[in-house]
Amino acid sequence: MNTLHSLALVAVITAVTLLTRLLPFLLFGGKREPPQLILELGRALPCAVMGMLVVYCLRSVSLTAAPYGAPEAIAVAVCVGLHVWRRNTLLSIAGSTAVYMLLVQAVF
Amino acid sequence: MNRNAIRAAFPLTVPVMAGYLVLGMGFGILLESKGFGFWWAGLMSLTIYAGSMQYVAVDLLSAGASLLSAALMTLILNARHLFYGLSMLEQYRPIRGGRKAYLIHGLTDETYSLVCSAKPPEGVSSAAFYFWISLLDQSYWLAGSVIGGLLGQVIPFDTTGIDFAMTALFVVIFTEQWLTRKNHLSALIGIGVSLLSLLAFGPDRFLIPAMAGIALLLTVFRRRLGEQEAQA
Repeated sequence: MNTLHSLALVAVITAVTLLTRLLPFLLFGGKREPPQLILELGRALPCAVMGMLVVYCLRSVSLTAAPYGAPEAIAVAVCVGLHVWRRNTLLSIAGSTAVYMLLVQAVF
Repeated sequence: MNRNAIRAAFPLTVPVMAGYLVLGMGFGILLESKGFGFWWAGLMSLTIYAGSMQYVAVDLLSAGASLLSAALMTLILNARHLFYGLSMLEQYRPIRGGRKAYLIHGLTDETYSLVCSAKPPEGVSSAAFYFWISLLDQSYWLAGSVIGGLLGQVIPFDTTGIDFAMTALFVVIFTEQWLTRKNHLSALIGIGVSLLSLLAFGPDRFLIPAMAGIALLLTVFRRRLGEQEAQA
């Protein structure tokens, strides 16, 4: 592991994160109105990005070799089920992660 | 003055404390399991200070991702901050200097949800009130992630599969958004474009085409997204 590269990654992520927080104050700190397209995308983007991130997390799961993505499919179903049932973020995360750990360590 | 501001701010932050301590610990444990000790968790919670991005950063760090792909990932994942900033322009306008800089740095999803709705009580300046909400929230996140990093070193059981916590976090946020919104077009665009891109480009290269496709389709369909949102 390359410490210098890791530190550079943290610096880049920090800078871009700060930029996304600072930009509105820099651009529209005066009286200028933000463009309509920006506002519309702002409402729609978060949902699309979360969908993309779910796919990103599961990108390396193989459906053609054993166990054919079964642990992931079961754990995601548990996560959604728990969340629809109780709407408790921490319970959904802890419960489904525990199920997943059990599946990959003891079952598959 | 500060005592009054803390007394007014603290009770509001209690729900965030519970969430940040636990999610922060999850982050610290995950990072430790990839070979980055607790001080990495502390450093990242001080500087980056963005929950879901830090979970993704665990992945980027352990894979030794390129700086460019890390920057793009940060941009798309944190683009939502632009809209928090836009809606806080008026409220934060009278605040100046270092406090304002810190308020902007501290504008996470959870802190935004508190400051955009809470008003300072009589006798407490809004600058001090918002400052203490933001500072308390970050201190919970920092404490949780460092504790997680330390716990990760001594956890006596097999942590194989604990990475799923990150998947679970995004599945939960996705489910929550699905349940609270009537218009699912953008969620479906996000999943659909990403899956197509994954099939076409494979797991190592699908992300950037997926981001481009999502931005394009959301722009094309923005009228429909807006109309349905208005009806909902």
